[in-house]
Amino acid sequence: MLPSIWTLIGQAGTFLVFIFAVMKFVWPPLTQAMEERRQKIAEGLAHSEEAEHALERANAEAEELIRDARRKAGEIIEQASQRGNQLVEQAKEDAMGERDRQVAAAEAEIRQATNQAREALRERLAELAVAGANRVIEKEIDPQTHRAMLDKLAAEL
Amino acid sequence: MASNPELIEGVEGTTQCQMPSADAYVVHHITNLRMPKGADSMDPWVWHVDTMIVSALLGLFFLGFLYLAARRASAGVPGGLQNFVEMLVDFVDNSVKESFHGPRKFVAPLALTIFGLVFLWNLMDLVPVDYVPYALCEFFGVPYFRIVPSADINAPFGLSVTVLLLIIVYSIKGKGLGGFGKELFTHPFGKNPLLWIPNVLLNIVELIAKPVSLAMRLFGNLYAAELIFVLIALLPWWIQFIPGGAWAIFHILVVPLQAFIFMTLTIVYLSLAYEEH
Repeated sequence: MLPSIWTLIGQAGTFLVFIFAVMKFVWPPLTQAMEERRQKIAEGLAHSEEAEHALERANAEAEELIRDARRKAGEIIEQASQRGNQLVEQAKEDAMGERDRQVAAAEAEIRQATNQAREALRERLAELAVAGANRVIEKEIDPQTHRAMLDKLAAEL
Repeated sequence: MASNPELIEGVEGTTQCQMPSADAYVVHHITNLRMPKGADSMDPWVWHVDTMIVSALLGLFFLGFLYLAARRASAGVPGGLQNFVEMLVDFVDNSVKESFHGPRKFVAPLALTIFGLVFLWNLMDLVPVDYVPYALCEFFGVPYFRIVPSADINAPFGLSVTVLLLIIVYSIKGKGLGGFGKELFTHPFGKNPLLWIPNVLLNIVELIAKPVSLAMRLFGNLYAAELIFVLIALLPWWIQFIPGGAWAIFHILVVPLQAFIFMTLTIVYLSLAYEEH
């Protein structure tokens, strides 16, 4: 008579062999593959999070750098404008000095030329005076004897 | 698969769960639970209740399994169930990607369904052959019960007829009604009107051959496998675990392989239907 308790036991034996084979040869690689996959995903997620953090940090750093650079640029511009002002100031001063100096030199020259002209005039006048006096008194006046008097006359002119 | 109601109905009209001979035992194992009772096995209007119940339960199990995984799914590191389902989905999606180049929105879930369902059908072959039918008979008086849906030609054929319908749908979707009609009439011999009839005949044969070969391949493998388990159960109990164990271990290969083949061929057929050739 079939099935009997013995065929049922025999089938259980078959099933046990199958279960054992699955446990031994199918399950481990399957769970291992799953574990590997899980780990890979976990690593990937961790990496992406890390990268996000790094990006955040880099962004902050970049902002800091930009702010710094901006500040420095402002300083440099400030300095440059100050220096420019200084230079202009300096140039102005230099120019003033130069002008004064040139004016002074020109004045001195003028004065000298005036003096020379005056000197020449004085001499010429003295000669004219002597010549005039000669004509008036029609007699030669000895230049040696009247020299002092003539010089005094010229100085007074 | 002759129907032998007299084997099962005892003289007093009660159900007899133990078979008097090896012959009757084997026949009992390859007879489906039919509705209406005592209907001929070749009657097309007979219901194979056991196949329907088992495949419905397995389908529900598969759905529930995936639903559970989907509901608990998170974008973080996947836990055990999610990880397994993701692996399965990845595997099926890659298989589809390799051979089907159209939109995968429907084809990939279809492939996953086929793979999962056929896999579970085949897996039923590993349940010891007498346990479920004998228990159901002893405790509930159910005279026959086959628990391997893929070993009943109706289940694989039902699946493959669905595939045939999808082949036609995808042919029209990919090539248009005109393109599909034109191909039916002008392939493979040419567009001379004299060749139209041979073309159509050949195309019909080709179309029909696809679901038939799909269903037959699965059915043949699992029917033979089931029969061998039944025959092994006829051996003395203390030796059964050797051939039985070997056959069961061989099933570790057969069960997923047949499911994979059914799935892959479905994808290939749909891809052939969808693309111009």
